[in-house]
Amino acid sequence: MNELRDVSSLSERYDIVVVGAGPAGLAAATTSSELGASTLVLDENAGPGGQIYRAVTSTPVSAREILGEDYWRGAELATAFRASSSSYARGATVWSVGPALDESGCSEALEIGVSLGGSARLIQAREVILATGALERPFPIPGWTLPGVMTAGAAQIALKSSGLVPDGRVVVAGCGPLLYLLTEQLRAAGANIVALIETTPRTNWAQALRQFPDFVRSPYLTKGLKLLWGARRHLRIVSGATGLQASGDGRMTEVTFRLRGKEERLACDLLLLHQGVAPNINLSNATGCVHDWDDGQLAWIPRVDEWFLSTVPGVSIAGDGAGIAGAESAPLRGRIAAIAAATRLGLIGADERDRRATPVRAELSRALRGRLFLDALYQPAKEFRIPTEENVTVCRCEEVTAGQIRETVALGVVGPNQMKSFLRCGMGPCQGRLCGLTVTEMIAEARGVSPQEVGYYRLRPPVKPVTLAELAALPKTEAAMRAVVR
Amino acid sequence: MFRRLHDVEGKRVTFTVDGRSATARAGDTVSAALLANGVEVCRTTPVSGAPRAPYCMMGVCFECLVTIDGNGNRQGCLIAIEEGMLVETQKGARAVAVDGRAGAGA
Repeated sequence: MNELRDVSSLSERYDIVVVGAGPAGLAAATTSSELGASTLVLDENAGPGGQIYRAVTSTPVSAREILGEDYWRGAELATAFRASSSSYARGATVWSVGPALDESGCSEALEIGVSLGGSARLIQAREVILATGALERPFPIPGWTLPGVMTAGAAQIALKSSGLVPDGRVVVAGCGPLLYLLTEQLRAAGANIVALIETTPRTNWAQALRQFPDFVRSPYLTKGLKLLWGARRHLRIVSGATGLQASGDGRMTEVTFRLRGKEERLACDLLLLHQGVAPNINLSNATGCVHDWDDGQLAWIPRVDEWFLSTVPGVSIAGDGAGIAGAESAPLRGRIAAIAAATRLGLIGADERDRRATPVRAELSRALRGRLFLDALYQPAKEFRIPTEENVTVCRCEEVTAGQIRETVALGVVGPNQMKSFLRCGMGPCQGRLCGLTVTEMIAEARGVSPQEVGYYRLRPPVKPVTLAELAALPKTEAAMRAVVR
Repeated sequence: MFRRLHDVEGKRVTFTVDGRSATARAGDTVSAALLANGVEVCRTTPVSGAPRAPYCMMGVCFECLVTIDGNGNRQGCLIAIEEGMLVETQKGARAVAVDGRAGAGA
């Protein structure tokens, strides 16, 4: 692996550019360089690992049992990547992917806009593999914008990358397979967790049990039981809570919830929220890839073929960004995407492609076992996806409330893009990452139509902020100059 | 709000937050450094002036925005803390001063 520290050291053109250095990106890059493709990995973080294996090569948490054996498995992916001939830029932000147009308006390659070390650059690639992973699903409850409330994943990141442990009384609330893992890691690190408030609706079990035979054969069963057993032995677990709220003056000091119709209040210093993860689709959406609403995962999932190729030629999507499938599946998806990309580049033939992909596919189908059970069991409760109280903030950036969104739908607004012109909803710095799913589902419910019909924000590059100075310093073509100079 | 695990070692970095001197561990992000120093509120919003703190720590929520070495609206959770860095919390919308230079806060 060859580390590049500034934009000027990037090549003009690569065979394959991989966006993201989580498990999918690392495996994709390792495979594609093995197959002879000149490969560049661009990643926003300080080191390889993505979020699930965050800081796996640099974490100051030396006691291995705190983060657990599954975490340390990420080191193998990082080691294989390090041994590869891939180029790697950390702290690099990709803000656009699109066709590289020549003077005649034709496109033979893809163009990637990237910022690194305070400067921007446009480079080209024949293939792009987006491995941008997942983000934690929005959790719009009263008070979720208060200081003292963060995602459970955020606390996990502080632990993994800095060895920071929450101080004071911690309440963890929500649902999802990761919730117990995150809680157990924090507890092992010494956090004082006064309660774990479970919001999984009891009615989910009926749906989930249909997938039970598949789940029993999966590694998730023993892992899950171990985590549940640990949590039940050490923690106060409140199951089936509704009406979750955070409150406080200037900062969160109290969590309120209802249990069997009775209200309970808990004084605490930190509330950690988590109700599963959803694909991070900002870059794939802005690239023009088609996305479909998935009723099981309650999220937008980019449309990909069996080789993880999206609807945009040359752009593949691997890992959880192509639909949530977990950390074990991510590197396998990355490998398959890279094998197919190398085939399109002419580096290997179709026979070689199939020979290499077959065992990976077999492993992938084993890794996917049990996912449908987890998706069904931990489908977040409707009340925590579609807020019922009018004053709950939905768009945190522009401070738009659930009430405003419903009023606007009553005026006849049909979708999130029209909603923008009324409320600026989704137009703040996060570009809908923290409100998009909520807004789609709210409009769908209010109109009585499917989320697929309502659609999502039409995102445009840059998907991350770029300074004017960076843009102005980019080289410009003659045609571009002529278009604006008078 | 956060404390360091007792056995965490590493090089110390000195920086300032709103003019006060503070220390962090080399390898911390700016947001982690602020949390470790008990800075709970990193900004107030441009819309209503409500206090906000880092929410996702992974670069997607943009709640951790701070001014770093005079440049506003930087994502604290993605930028590594460095020796001598000047970190300022942000107050509401940015004011534009009469001499044409943008001010750091209202």
